[in-house]
Amino acid sequence: MTAPLLEVRHLKVEFPTRRGTLLALDDVSFDIAPGEILGVVGESGAGKSLTGAAIIGLLEPPGRIGDGEIRLGGERIDNLPHARMREIRGRRIGAIFQDPLTSLNPLVTIGRQLVETIQVHLKTGAEQARRRAIALLQETGIQAAEQRFDQYPHQFSGGMRQRVVIALALAAEPQLIVADEPTTALDVSIQAQIIGLLKRLTKDHGAAVMLITHDMGVIAEACDRVAVMYAGRIAEIGPVADVIHQPAHPYSVGLMGSIPSMAGERERLLQIDGAMPRLNAIPTGCAFNPRCPQAFDRCRVHQPGLQTVRSTQAACWLHAAGHGGPA
Amino acid sequence: MLAFILRRLAQALVVMLTVAFIAFMLFQYVGDPVTNLLGQDATPEQRLKLRTDLGLDEPFPVQFARFVGNAAQGEFGLSLRQGRKVSALIAERFPATLELAATAALIGLALGIPLGVYAALKRGSFMSQVVMTGSLLGVSLPNFLIGILLILVFAVVLKWLPSFGRGEVLAIGPITTGLLTWDGIKHLLLPALTLSLFPMTLVLRLVRSEMLEVLRTDYIKFARARGLPDRSIYFRHALKNTLVPVITIAGLQLGAIIAFAIVTETVFQWPGMGLLFIQAVQFADVPVMAAYLCLIALIFVVINLVVDLLYFAVDPRLRIERSAAGH
Amino acid sequence: MALSAPGGGAAAARALARFFDGDVWFSFRTSPVAIVASLIAALCMFCAVMAPWIAPHNPLDLASLDLIDARLPPAWMAEGRSKYLLGTDDQGRDILSALMYGSRISLFVGLASVLLSVVFGVGLGLLSGYAGGRVDAFIMRVCDVMLSFPSILIALLIDGVGRALFPNAHDTLAFTVLIIAISLTGWVQYARTVRGSTLVERQREYVQAARVIGVSPARIMRRHVLPNVLGPVLVLATIHIATAIITEATLSFLGVGVPPTSPSLGTLIRVGQDFLFSGEWWITIFPGLVLVMIALSVNLLGDWLRDALNPRLR
Repeated sequence: MTAPLLEVRHLKVEFPTRRGTLLALDDVSFDIAPGEILGVVGESGAGKSLTGAAIIGLLEPPGRIGDGEIRLGGERIDNLPHARMREIRGRRIGAIFQDPLTSLNPLVTIGRQLVETIQVHLKTGAEQARRRAIALLQETGIQAAEQRFDQYPHQFSGGMRQRVVIALALAAEPQLIVADEPTTALDVSIQAQIIGLLKRLTKDHGAAVMLITHDMGVIAEACDRVAVMYAGRIAEIGPVADVIHQPAHPYSVGLMGSIPSMAGERERLLQIDGAMPRLNAIPTGCAFNPRCPQAFDRCRVHQPGLQTVRSTQAACWLHAAGHGGPA
Repeated sequence: MLAFILRRLAQALVVMLTVAFIAFMLFQYVGDPVTNLLGQDATPEQRLKLRTDLGLDEPFPVQFARFVGNAAQGEFGLSLRQGRKVSALIAERFPATLELAATAALIGLALGIPLGVYAALKRGSFMSQVVMTGSLLGVSLPNFLIGILLILVFAVVLKWLPSFGRGEVLAIGPITTGLLTWDGIKHLLLPALTLSLFPMTLVLRLVRSEMLEVLRTDYIKFARARGLPDRSIYFRHALKNTLVPVITIAGLQLGAIIAFAIVTETVFQWPGMGLLFIQAVQFADVPVMAAYLCLIALIFVVINLVVDLLYFAVDPRLRIERSAAGH
Repeated sequence: MALSAPGGGAAAARALARFFDGDVWFSFRTSPVAIVASLIAALCMFCAVMAPWIAPHNPLDLASLDLIDARLPPAWMAEGRSKYLLGTDDQGRDILSALMYGSRISLFVGLASVLLSVVFGVGLGLLSGYAGGRVDAFIMRVCDVMLSFPSILIALLIDGVGRALFPNAHDTLAFTVLIIAISLTGWVQYARTVRGSTLVERQREYVQAARVIGVSPARIMRRHVLPNVLGPVLVLATIHIATAIITEATLSFLGVGVPPTSPSLGTLIRVGQDFLFSGEWWITIFPGLVLVMIALSVNLLGDWLRDALNPRLR
């Protein structure tokens, strides 16, 4: 067992507001091994993007880390001073955001944006940086990279721009990439290409990926492990195949059951009644208990920690030692 | 691009013609056009001759065309108040106003941009609150009051600077300037400062608000995520994107400065076009009013055109490229 | 809450209760700037409106002036007299009273101009947005041209033309010309805002349905467009009041504003400038201070209102 690259322990993110402090992330813990692709899936508002933002250190105020630790390669990074965190960003942790249209400065050529990033972190000369930038562009599948080097973002299509964004994220050879909904804003036909590209490049460059998305298809296609988030907590985490085919948490069961399958019989889609609770109305105990078909007394009182179930872990009292398992 | 220029030129022509029309109406129907052209001391024979010469019985469009022809050559007749040729009066006064306006514009930009950037970057700090309150005062204080206050402080109480007139001027060809003499500069200081306050506060608030908007964009977030140093983010990326809209508005301010010079010139008895215009309004000196109107319209139209062209030079998205966007 | 008798009273009471419970009032209560600004504005308005009754002297009554009392400094200075709290001018007029009467004129012209501006601008905006096509294009063109000229120039021009046309006009005419001049400098912002909202509403399906049924355009505007634009128009109008007052002051300072028989704050400042060098600073500074107070407080109120009504910032 190699040492994990990223360790998140009991992370709490809170938002102080006029009417009290809202807990957006509650006791989130997970690891990412070097080179692995961890998917983080859940509904809008479940806290996926916040987790990513907390890891890169770009939480928007008034949001702040209330408690917990984040370690990269063994060292703590959640309490670093601004200057040190800046060195880590880009160099050891890269990021990709959702909208390629707005992720690139429209007034600067993409070549310059690449060279700038490379020179800041790798301290190379201008010529060397330029060659490296062109090589990166070619790797991401952009034809005629040399000519396109001096073009502006608006001269690229959406898919091409996202390739540039990936190139920028990889420019300084980071160990971890936080990809927040990288394909959501793209056409379906391009999505597959970009996911494939991301998989291939991160494998070639030896980077791990935290792939945040609400699209299970992307998870199934790209990830090694997946974490299911619900109301700011992790509901289940484990290898992709296991979570998809043998979900242990009732929420995951509902989630997987609500995805239509192209293969085999068309069965009725499962629907989970109700909606994810708002931040200021999270139920006591397990956050899912009002909607859970198998909730019992303990669920309404105590918040479950991650319990081991075969090869996955689920935050559910059904799987606690001593309980008989799901009905 | 050529089509754009031609279209703007056509628009400019329309505006000029409209203004010429208004000026023409002033000439014809406000007061007596013969008096407007000959002055008040013309003999009855001169009047009659001029009336036939002018063809005041000729159809309207012909008279208008003649007026436009004259106006294009700068011929507006004699000033009712002073009996001299209007064109000579304006030519005499123009350099003074130009000097005042240009100096005020420079001061406004030189102080407004840095202060605006400071107020945006150090948002919430005590100094930035001071700057913002000061700018609110700058907008609420009328031009003439600022002038009077400055006179009170610097001329009456401290006796450092003179409070009226232009002081010693040197002639360079047809242009007179006070910038080359210490006395001239001393006389220029207070009026220029007064005139610069309004555009300065405008630029300050604009730069601040634009910069705050830019700092919230995705591409700045992405730049931060890439670990670019703050200085790069603020001054190479954010400032560049901020200045693009600022350029247009600042350019248009130049026109407003020339107009507001009317007030400043009155306060300081600065012998410029503005003072001439006010005296013309007080006296109902129609030829001077009409001439000033046409000249100002010309200046505005030219400024607008230049600013539009500047936009092209600065924002690459507006330049229509021939190369096709790739896929 | 018990069912009260139906009618306007209950509805108004409920609306009032909702207002005081809502975000706007909360924002007001917690903003010291807004409270102070509105207090100052209210004080100035009160003094201005009640001037004939609460001013210690009547500066317009030539018979009551006494040249012996001329050029007195404010009461707290050496040669001042408590009878004339802020001093007197070269004719013996009490500055404090002149201020009150002057503010009256300034506020009157300012408010009247803004009102006219709003009516004109909103009307044109509704027309432009609803009619569309060439009418819309034409009106917007006019807006563009007007926007590219600074307001002071437009006001001066109209005023100048007015003077040339009616060289011996009596006061009412002079005031009318002045008010029209100032109102024509500011209507564009309302027209644009309202036009934008009208265009949006016009596309809505319920508006098209209403048109099919035969509901008149005027009613559609009144019920659907106007409530939406009320907020932004209110913000614009508040800030416009400050601008209008300053424009009037500027015009009067230049000598082409209010007639000399009804001096506004601007006129007072102009007259006072001549006495700066002889040391009688109070004749020009106090009117200036009042002008700034009014403009600043109204500006601050407008700023606060804009933030309070902006849903994005809440």
